[in-house]
Amino acid sequence: MTTPSAADGARPASSGGRAPSPAATTTNPAGRPAQEPPLLELRGVGKNFGPVRALSDIDLTIPVGQVTALVGDNGAGKSTLIKTVSGIWQPDHGEILWRGRPVHLHSPKAATDLGIATVYQDLALCDNLDIVQNMFLGREEMKYFQLDEISMELAAKQTLADLSVVTVRSIRQPVGSLSGGQRQAVAVAKAVMQQAQLVIMDEPTAALGVTQTRVVLELIDQLSSRGIAVLVISHNLNDVVNVADRVAVLYLGRLAAVAPIKDLDTGTIVELMTTGRSSRVAATPGEPAHATSQPGAGPGTPTAGGTPGNGTVGHHTGEAP
Amino acid sequence: MTGQTTVPSPVPTEEAPSDESPTGRLARLARLQALQIIIVLAVIVVIFAFLKPSSFLTVFNIRGIVQNTAILAVLAVGMTFVIITGGIDLSVGSVLVFSGVVADKAMGAMGGQGWGVAIVGALVAIGCGLGWGLVNGFLVARAKVPPLIVTLGTLGMALGLAEVITGGVDLRNVPTVMVNSVGFGNIVWQVPTLAVIAAVVVVIGIVILHRTRFGLHTFAIGSNPEAGRRSGLNVNGHLIMIYALSGLLAGFAGWLNLAFFQSTTIGGQSSTNLSVIAGVVIGGTSLFGGYGSILGSIIGVFIPATLQNGFVIIGVQPFWQQVVVGTVLIAAVYVDQQRRSAALRGGGKRKMGDLLSHWVSGRQAVPARE
Ligand SMILES: Nc1ncnc2c1ncn2[C@@H]1O[C@H](COP(=O)(O)OP(=O)(O)OP(=O)(O)O)[C@@H](O)[C@H]1O
Ligand SMILES: [Mg+2]
Repeated sequence: MTTPSAADGARPASSGGRAPSPAATTTNPAGRPAQEPPLLELRGVGKNFGPVRALSDIDLTIPVGQVTALVGDNGAGKSTLIKTVSGIWQPDHGEILWRGRPVHLHSPKAATDLGIATVYQDLALCDNLDIVQNMFLGREEMKYFQLDEISMELAAKQTLADLSVVTVRSIRQPVGSLSGGQRQAVAVAKAVMQQAQLVIMDEPTAALGVTQTRVVLELIDQLSSRGIAVLVISHNLNDVVNVADRVAVLYLGRLAAVAPIKDLDTGTIVELMTTGRSSRVAATPGEPAHATSQPGAGPGTPTAGGTPGNGTVGHHTGEAP
Repeated sequence: MTGQTTVPSPVPTEEAPSDESPTGRLARLARLQALQIIIVLAVIVVIFAFLKPSSFLTVFNIRGIVQNTAILAVLAVGMTFVIITGGIDLSVGSVLVFSGVVADKAMGAMGGQGWGVAIVGALVAIGCGLGWGLVNGFLVARAKVPPLIVTLGTLGMALGLAEVITGGVDLRNVPTVMVNSVGFGNIVWQVPTLAVIAAVVVVIGIVILHRTRFGLHTFAIGSNPEAGRRSGLNVNGHLIMIYALSGLLAGFAGWLNLAFFQSTTIGGQSSTNLSVIAGVVIGGTSLFGGYGSILGSIIGVFIPATLQNGFVIIGVQPFWQQVVVGTVLIAAVYVDQQRRSAALRGGGKRKMGDLLSHWVSGRQAVPARE
């Protein structure tokens, strides 16, 4: 909102192109259209770590081709939520549906095979391998029982060009020599190359400078304009406003609200993040139906003593109106 | 590869680009590392040649060095794979002895001097080595026991069992055709059969390591096993195969060793593992995993073999070889460690010399740009 960047300018065009399907899924709170289920749907998902309730009763849908931002204070459960979706944790309660079909994401590979790619800045790349090798790791192309270096190199080059990644000087340089933003770009390109339909990013711009942040935001735009859904965690509300179509706010392991970005301003988001509720959000029709999930889940949670955020816990559970 | 000068990037980079392309830098690095080792080897050769020109630089003597190195080279191929994954295999010398003993027993039981017996012996030796390798691999990958401990354990077990089988006395049931053609024979002129066999193993190893999916995954696992796992690699299965490969080659080396020495050499292999590991590490393969080459390892194992031979020729007690190799090994690991920590800190350890500064400067850009 402060910097009208290239990312900002590209967004209307791309979101205009995919308008029909989001409209169908987001403006229909009760009965979802049977002919086109959302890409990913969480129903009543809960996750405990011993006495700590990291997530409880999360109902969230991720529509095709949209950028959903996941925001919340430290310890709100954002990372836990995406780890559940990317197969690292299994939920203790609830179910996960992929294109309307219940799925069990028992391993990261199971999620990847479905088309859910999680982009980690450090964990998912091998520093000593070059960009091409990283992008094809696990899915190398072969020719006469040998690695088909040439066709992999061409495909990698093409994908990077499609994503407008131009700062990388040689695709044969080891990933360890890349900057943080370039590493993100390689990880995203890898996801695209593997036909991911949902790309998940946990604080992709965290350690990045202004320019590199812009590169990553443009990358996210590129993904959504190709019809790939993105779920992105960010603490930077400017980034969120710049890039997201929808915002989901987590508060102490609960979904405080889910709404299209146009229905929220930063003040409201901050209010939701810090108190878990906002007077303004209830007025919006449609999607914010989810905002009611917080009071709705109130009764069955006496274990809230284990949730993070100590001081605010009593305030939170006692407030179901 | 040449695009870095022609395509101006629309997004300004925060850091001034370095003057040489990373690809060129990498290629230079690879060449430089090989060069470094070749220089060390050349210096050793020159010193011995200078001290005893009449006997050191003869075809006969060089042939002897090559022959002695052949068995180490076969072991070094497997060891390079293991060390690239970030592991270690201390058991190769003992597995070599054990496989030789069992193969010797089998050949003795068959009783004959022909190729049939020799080939059965080879298969038995390879099978024994493979078995020990699988034990190592399973314990490392599945039971999660550190490779140093696992292979230290199997080092003792394999040697102990070999001694139990033989009562500690070397066996000598080696078919004459095996000794005459494999052990001492030449393929042509003065080119020993043993060296040609080793060269074949080396070439196969190079192709597998640098041209196939198996080799690529070996580097990936050594570089970042978690990334490998998330990319769908079967990391544990791959590790088991790596240790199995090292064991298999140790078994085969046991058979070559029988052909060469006509004996199971039970007491003679106590420092074989050190010579091989030293050669591999001196050859530029990083003990931290993720980086290495078989060619470097082969040049590396020539160093202990040349030292041994040279000390005998100039009349120095050959035991000095172990002292020198140990020193070079520590120096090589120290240098490797300096590279790594310099890369991590982002600071250049320039004093390590110009040869290393390329590597260091290639890495130090990482944290600096963030
Ligand atoms: N592996 C774990 N074991 C135990 N507790 C955990 C584990 N992972 C997360 N938690 C707890 O779950 C809660 C939510 O953590 P999570 O990492 O999801 O928060 P977050 O929203 O990502 O926070 P941040 O913004 O700081 O990254 C915290 O109370 C945390 O302590
Ligand atoms: Mg987090």
